[in-house]
Amino acid sequence: MRVELLYWDGCPSHPKALADLREAMRAEGLDQSSIEVRRIETDAQAQLERFPGSPTIRVDGADVAPTPGEPFALTCRVYHRRDGRISPTPDPADLRDVLRSTPADTRGANR
Amino acid sequence: MTAVGEEAPTFSLPDTDGTQQQAGGTPATVVVFTCNHCPYALAWHQRLLAVARDYAPRGVRTLAINPNDAERYPRDSAEAMRERVQSGDFDGVPYLRDDSQQVARAYDAKTTPDVFVLDAEGVVRYRGAPDADHDDPSQNAVWLRDALDAVLAGRDPQPAETTPVGCSIKWKGA
Repeated sequence: MRVELLYWDGCPSHPKALADLREAMRAEGLDQSSIEVRRIETDAQAQLERFPGSPTIRVDGADVAPTPGEPFALTCRVYHRRDGRISPTPDPADLRDVLRSTPADTRGANR
Repeated sequence: MTAVGEEAPTFSLPDTDGTQQQAGGTPATVVVFTCNHCPYALAWHQRLLAVARDYAPRGVRTLAINPNDAERYPRDSAEAMRERVQSGDFDGVPYLRDDSQQVARAYDAKTTPDVFVLDAEGVVRYRGAPDADHDDPSQNAVWLRDALDAVLAGRDPQPAETTPVGCSIKWKGA
């Protein structure tokens, strides 16, 4: 399983997103040290990395909260918690669900 | 740059109807730099509107200012601002466009949101975040409310300054 966290310094949300991601991986029995953290610094890099905003978390290349049609840019992402609140970071329960639903053969590599 | 205890910069900015708006003429004014695209600004938005609603009867005026570069961030365009106001998302709070970004620079605004409380003389009496946690609605913008209560009572807010938290202001040419 490949787990990536992409962030931009213009948003202060990535430390919390990383902490939530680590906790979700710990809860699922996955190796937290395998998280790839990458900083996005330019518009060109945002296009290249297909980065819709900070933070973006992908599991095996799939966004944990996909937003089809969203332009790629140096911006902050708006997430929605399960209770409807707007948040700068994904709902931790969504992170756990995505990790849990990842096929077992790719999860195995992270244990 | 504007510090707590100093006179706030004066300004005249257009709201979404094109009417020029200024701070002042009231016992206290809340000036909040905010925008359409930032999750922190959106997360705190309803709490800030509640403060505007609750303190208006006590003579407090609230002005929201969007200073972001709309060319690179089209969600912060004048049209997008107008759409939010027309949808009722500002509940009567004027939403001003700082297209030149001069007001944000004069205030030394850092983030969206970044909140300033001015007293009747136009002196900055509080600057910072609405409360300690954008993620916790029960915080109820308590720092801002406490600051307004103090200013209206003729006292110094405690704290008078907190660290603004949110998305960096999107400066032109940055």
